[in-house]
Amino acid sequence: MSPLLELRRVEARYGPIKALHGVSLTVADGEIVALLGANGAGKTTTLRAVSGTVRHTGEIVFEGKQIARGKPDAVARAGIAHVPEGRGLFTQLSVWENLRMGAYVRGERRTLRAEAPRVFKYFPWLERRRDQQAGTLSGGEQQMLALARALVGRPRLLMLDEPSLGLAPTVVQEIFRIVKELNADDGLTVLVVEQNANVALDAAARAYVLEVGQVAIEGQSAELRRHEGVRKSYLGY
Amino acid sequence: MALPLAFTWTEFGQQVTSGLASGAIYASLALALVLIYQTTNVVNFAQGEMATFTTYVAWTMMHHGLSYWPAFVLTLLIAFGGGVTVERVLIRPVEHRPEIVIVILTIGLFIAINGLVGWVFGPEVKAFDSPFPNRSVVLGGVSISVQDIGTFGVCLGTVVALWLFFRLTTLGLAMRAVAFNPDASRLMGVRVGWMLALGWGFAAVLGAIAGMMAAPTVFLDPDMMLVVLIYAFAAAVLGGIDSPVGAVVGGLLIGVVINLLGAYVNFVGQELRLPTALAVLLIVLVIRPSGLFGRVVVRKV
Repeated sequence: MSPLLELRRVEARYGPIKALHGVSLTVADGEIVALLGANGAGKTTTLRAVSGTVRHTGEIVFEGKQIARGKPDAVARAGIAHVPEGRGLFTQLSVWENLRMGAYVRGERRTLRAEAPRVFKYFPWLERRRDQQAGTLSGGEQQMLALARALVGRPRLLMLDEPSLGLAPTVVQEIFRIVKELNADDGLTVLVVEQNANVALDAAARAYVLEVGQVAIEGQSAELRRHEGVRKSYLGY
Repeated sequence: MALPLAFTWTEFGQQVTSGLASGAIYASLALALVLIYQTTNVVNFAQGEMATFTTYVAWTMMHHGLSYWPAFVLTLLIAFGGGVTVERVLIRPVEHRPEIVIVILTIGLFIAINGLVGWVFGPEVKAFDSPFPNRSVVLGGVSISVQDIGTFGVCLGTVVALWLFFRLTTLGLAMRAVAFNPDASRLMGVRVGWMLALGWGFAAVLGAIAGMMAAPTVFLDPDMMLVVLIYAFAAAVLGGIDSPVGAVVGGLLIGVVINLLGAYVNFVGQELRLPTALAVLLIVLVIRPSGLFGRVVVRKV
């Protein structure tokens, strides 16, 4: 079966600085795939190339079609939800309005009616605090709102950029528990970028390790855990 | 110099109500400025001239026999299309350039429209019909002209309709989202460029309403909105340039205060109203730059 998402020799640059030197990877339907690597290895840029927030060369194929270059709105409408670094919430809008924006991509009202109850099952507290201004939520709550907002649009592929950043370990575990549940319940496909390799390898079936803008190591999570280089550099034992 | 009137509450009430009517006009134009400022971060100096142009369009239609309200509605549609077109054609190409480029562009647009209006319609002052009867109603001893009530109603009605649009509709929500965070909006599938164009369209509609409501009293001439624009600037700055509520409250306040000062403060009179508005603008900028309702922006250096 052809993969849901495939990157072939993708390159991207910020002005004169090349961030990706030909990244190739695949994500199959229903899979959780982790993208690991040190700071500046190109993890975030890889997600940004897919969502169109940075221009790329090379091929990115989603559901058998070339993805629109540099057009994030078109990529979102194609069914890819990108929860970016810093979460990209509308901090001045309410929790509910943020969720409405998540449903925008598929026609707000109808989508929201169908999807909000499903999402509230995973995040019951969101329903109670729907009128709260998003900017006044705690960091963990904001990350969960960003996740919930992405889910409301029922994406074919969810891309998470460092969901653990700046959060307490219990909150991180809670977030990954929900991602795993969604994957098991609905077959949600996830591509997750993480510095916290331990927690990412727990959730993901497969992973890629990026080094200086290229895939250095790839394999099943269990394999990578045994890989000496990965253990030393990313798992810390 | 006109002597100040002896104070009576009836006279005071009249000054306040007529101040509210002109204030509603300033509020409309101020709101137009805020709409564009929120998304583009730039003050549209051509806002008043765009309004003047559309008012001339309305005048032309009425001059050719169309009655007031059909001409009014058609003008709003034309204004909307014009606003959208200005954004798509003129602003879009310089969208990512420094803000000063856009400012200069709107100043250029100001001069161009001003010249165009003078060239097409001639410099002479024209009378502009009012849709409201020329009589007054007496409420609690205060005589209020129907003209003032109508002006206030139309302007505030538009503001409320716009507010409901932004609160209740998907499109309105998307436009607000774009104002707060365009990058995140793109990731939500919003066509950000079109939302900006819609913002210009709505701003032009507000301007057209302000122009058509102002024209019966200030008369139609190529510079008619100049003064109104300055009051609207003062109103927007007073309310907080990024706050729609502030723009409306600021507009009404400026309208009433200027009217009262003109009537009761000896040295202000008719002639010093405009400098007074500019003084308000300066004082607000010095004491409270974010305005009454504005957000305080902290820049990290």
